[in-house]
Amino acid sequence: MSEPLSPVPRPEGEEDELLRIWATPKGWRLPTAVNNTVIGLLYLGAAFVFFVAAGILALIMRTQLALPEQELVSQDLYNQMFTVHGTTMMFLFAVPAMEALGVLLLPQMLAARDLPFPRLSAFAVWAYVVGGTVFFLTIFIDLAPAGGWFMYPPLTLMEYQPGDNADFWLLGIGFIEISAIAGAIEIIVGVLRTRPPGMSLDKLPIFGWAMLIFAGMIMVAFPAVILATMLLEIERAFGWPFFTAELGGDPLLWQHLFWFFGHPEVYIIFLPAAGLVSMIVPTAARKPLVGFNLIVVALIATGFFSFGLWVHHMFTTGIPGLSLAFFSAASMAVAIPSGIQFFSWIATFAASERKIEFNTPTLFVLGMLFIFLIGGLTGVMVAMVPFNWQAHDTYFIVAHMHYVMIGGMVFPLFATFYYWVPIVGKRRLSERLGRWSFWLIFIGFNVAFFPMHISGLMGMPRRVWTYPAELGVGPFNLVSTIGAYMIAAGVLVFIIDLVRNFRVGEGGQDNPFGAGTLEFLPQDVYSTRSIPHVSSRYPLWDDPDLPRSVAAGEQYLPDAPTGGRETIVTSAIHAKPQYIVQMPGPGWTHVIAAVFTAACFLLLTVKIVVPAMLCALVAVGAVLTWVWSIDKGPDAGPVSIGGGITLPVYVTGPISHGWWAMMVLWVVAGSLFIAFVFSYLYLWTVSPEVWLAGREFLPQLGWPLGAGVLMLGAAAVMRLSRRALPSPGERNLLAPLAVLAAASLAGAGITAEIYGHWTSGLRPTASSYGAMVYLGAILTAQLVLAIAIMSGFCAARVLAGKLDRVRWASLENTSLLLYYTTAQFLIALILIHGFPHVMGGAP
Amino acid sequence: MKRGACFLACLALLAGCAGEQSAFSATGEEAISTLRLTWILTIGSVLVFLLVIGALIAALGRPGALRQRLADPRMVTLGGIVFPMVVLAILLIYSFALLRAGPASAGAAPLNIAVEGKQWWWRVTYSDTPGGPVESANELRIPVGETVRLELTSADVIHSFWVPAYAGKVDMIPGRTNALTLKVTAPGIVRGQCTEYCGGAHALMAFRVIAMPPEEFAAWLEREAAPAEQSLPGEAEFLRAGCGACHTVRGTPAEGTAGPELTHVASRQTIGAGILQTTPENFRTWLDRHREIKPGNLMPEYEFLSAAEREAIATYLEALE
Repeated sequence: MSEPLSPVPRPEGEEDELLRIWATPKGWRLPTAVNNTVIGLLYLGAAFVFFVAAGILALIMRTQLALPEQELVSQDLYNQMFTVHGTTMMFLFAVPAMEALGVLLLPQMLAARDLPFPRLSAFAVWAYVVGGTVFFLTIFIDLAPAGGWFMYPPLTLMEYQPGDNADFWLLGIGFIEISAIAGAIEIIVGVLRTRPPGMSLDKLPIFGWAMLIFAGMIMVAFPAVILATMLLEIERAFGWPFFTAELGGDPLLWQHLFWFFGHPEVYIIFLPAAGLVSMIVPTAARKPLVGFNLIVVALIATGFFSFGLWVHHMFTTGIPGLSLAFFSAASMAVAIPSGIQFFSWIATFAASERKIEFNTPTLFVLGMLFIFLIGGLTGVMVAMVPFNWQAHDTYFIVAHMHYVMIGGMVFPLFATFYYWVPIVGKRRLSERLGRWSFWLIFIGFNVAFFPMHISGLMGMPRRVWTYPAELGVGPFNLVSTIGAYMIAAGVLVFIIDLVRNFRVGEGGQDNPFGAGTLEFLPQDVYSTRSIPHVSSRYPLWDDPDLPRSVAAGEQYLPDAPTGGRETIVTSAIHAKPQYIVQMPGPGWTHVIAAVFTAACFLLLTVKIVVPAMLCALVAVGAVLTWVWSIDKGPDAGPVSIGGGITLPVYVTGPISHGWWAMMVLWVVAGSLFIAFVFSYLYLWTVSPEVWLAGREFLPQLGWPLGAGVLMLGAAAVMRLSRRALPSPGERNLLAPLAVLAAASLAGAGITAEIYGHWTSGLRPTASSYGAMVYLGAILTAQLVLAIAIMSGFCAARVLAGKLDRVRWASLENTSLLLYYTTAQFLIALILIHGFPHVMGGAP
Repeated sequence: MKRGACFLACLALLAGCAGEQSAFSATGEEAISTLRLTWILTIGSVLVFLLVIGALIAALGRPGALRQRLADPRMVTLGGIVFPMVVLAILLIYSFALLRAGPASAGAAPLNIAVEGKQWWWRVTYSDTPGGPVESANELRIPVGETVRLELTSADVIHSFWVPAYAGKVDMIPGRTNALTLKVTAPGIVRGQCTEYCGGAHALMAFRVIAMPPEEFAAWLEREAAPAEQSLPGEAEFLRAGCGACHTVRGTPAEGTAGPELTHVASRQTIGAGILQTTPENFRTWLDRHREIKPGNLMPEYEFLSAAEREAIATYLEALE
């Protein structure tokens, strides 16, 4: 037992103070809550509701397919159903559920009091709940999209789907894009900067690693689908021909962008689940994970490889043989990291010195191993090009994909429910019901999906609402339908278990499974009573006294030195304490912002433009009000956290968590821009003649030069504005003027770029070339708009005496965004104005 | 339900002369070699599955030497890296060999046939015919033992051409021309279907492929190229109802191209793109209730035609042999 870091006994009333500061709002104020456990539960609960709802759609579809030539469900409704089923499962269940677990579990595993940006998570969750619900409800009013979850154009263009249905798909995706990016920021900054002192990266729990890579993949993958959905909505609304072949567009551009996102998406869903398994298996075995470092390498490798496989969704599109070979090889290579994880889990079980107890979490983990193994093996099969040509878009793929997704994600999720409920609930879930649930789901799953391998190869295509008896797949379909009902029964048993045994609150056993990681420390609304010093991967195993010591307040930060919500920010690699971050508590602003953001998108979807704009204004206003209150003004100065460590309360620059969040945004914006550059060059290779014709409309050199100089000027003025900032406690006029001047210069720069093309006669609707040129400008223009709003905010804060030489984080973030924007704009200018000169006649 | 029952009956009839749509009953060269690959992959997968599950069971079982060995970190390297690398490398080499031997190495001067996907039917054009291209629809005839090159295009959205008994599928993408090379080893009738979701009636976009001995094929193509017989009973009603605006019957003023070509429609196996067997009765069924049989199809409904007119048109169609 080591010396207490903070003197004990703790003063009377200290814990009450913590309880008061971190209290969850009650009654009608509950929606204002930002505690990660509350928000995480809401997030996870909503995702689970979507899982059940989309599952019910699946049951209806299975009923329709139970026998050949049935007419229970009409063709149109069926087409909407499979689209909504797929979209909901992928976008409203799988990714959000994994993010929810990040929100819910990560701070507990890191013994942080909360995530670094609590209101950002809460905002994302509310936008997702409102938007997702409306999206799902469209199935009841015949407004649901009917293009399949990957929405290939031209089928999804106005010409073939004139209603608002397809737009609702884009809406649903819009929300998951917002919440995914918000989640990525939260998770990356959370994992890298809010670990407990001493938890250097090599001691980070494997789930933390998985979430870090998950977030990294979101940063790179989601921008591709953000761009794709932008293109599709712009083509639908304004007729810019990105996907229309006659005007130089190409339907395959969508497929490239979609699958560049879509394949990593599968691993975005799988990696956190694998991380969960890697947490549960060691507990079941009471042994550290065998090959921990190899697993980390495997996770990173999976993330890396997953970006090199997207074309294996396109093997039948007629791409050249060399590409086929490359992507086939890459698709097989990704099996290796999964192999590492498998054998590591097996080794960990084998290393156990005790009899493995087959409790419910362990059963679900074993079910996952069984099912995901089959999914992985059929994955290798479909990576073989000739086999893929037969299996593609048949029920074989339906089987494969469900083996991978349900095995790889849903089973670990159920294991998670049973394993981690004790940290948010008053008692465990029922073992008896858990077993029933497991066996029903496990057997039902195999009964439902295994026959599909065969019916697929026997000629049953996917996405058909009916099939003729002559195909001979009737019996297989009947068996599949019976299995589907067994799964439903298993899920129902689980829901009964939840209703009977799940009660949110404290109490009960802290560590019922004997786990070794921090989330099983004694907890209350403030997370742990004090934040432990960590010196191993399984601190609870290596220091059995730790729970007592933490609960007694002997570790770091047992009190609330700033009188508000706060946690320790540590260095990214070695987790050395660096400063105390003050965090916002409950509030209405982020909820209002979320609801009105959702309302704005919804109204835009049904093309009610003016009210939509009003909602957007309310949303922006709410965000600004929310951000305004974050910096509470001059602080108490350095505070002691115990162990003789004294930390500052406000920092700027590269050690601040805000700076890190900005860097994440840089990467996101950069990925979006790279996806644009790819699209521009890709369409050129498809339709060089359109580019040649477009060359005639290039503005004279003065335009891009002028635009570039204006933007550089904006960056320079913004840089200088920092020097004009007043001293603390004072205010001046020069700094606000400088900031606004910078924003105006940026606005002038992007205007010059757009106007230059317009006066030269180029129109975005005329050809894919014109569409791409204007799209490039739009990507910069939206950043400039954000900068303009942020600059106004900064100017107002200086005038209010809240932004000065010391507390200038808002201006720092605005400047960082402008520097990035300038760099992107200059590269775009070189591409748009330079490339047509050097491209030559044909690629 | 009455229409459901009728639909069932129609399809049951069709089942009588059904063509296979299964990758397991391969008679095309590509499909045969892919089927061999499928069995190899399946057996290999089963072996790997048994091996890994065996290791898992051993790891969960009684403590002993085997369990100790499995707990060794070196096992992770061996089982997770070395083993899959070796297996995958062998598979990859085999797959490349198959790709090389595949359709890319088609022999000299294959027979060219263009197939265009359209919501929700297939336009088939025999491009190499001496008297100029011959158009047909929803049925493909090919000579056994000869190399046939299909040029696959789309008129609207993305479709995918799949005849599992002969070869894997190839997408039909607007603005692009894809090729599929077939070589069929035995005569017979097989079924094909669109496998890229193309909206509405995607599930009901099928066709037949008939492989015939080369001399029979040549004779058939000659007949197919000929115009329809003139002044058949019902022709007048057919033309007066405006069918010619969308359909072509060569030798008559009907020259529309929006819908399937009908010159020899009665000699085809099916109507409605693989949906109904070609019988006199089914022509009537189709004219009366095509919107129920194939929801969303783009042919207008003809309730404004009298029963007598529809009867005459059906008579005309069944005479177009």
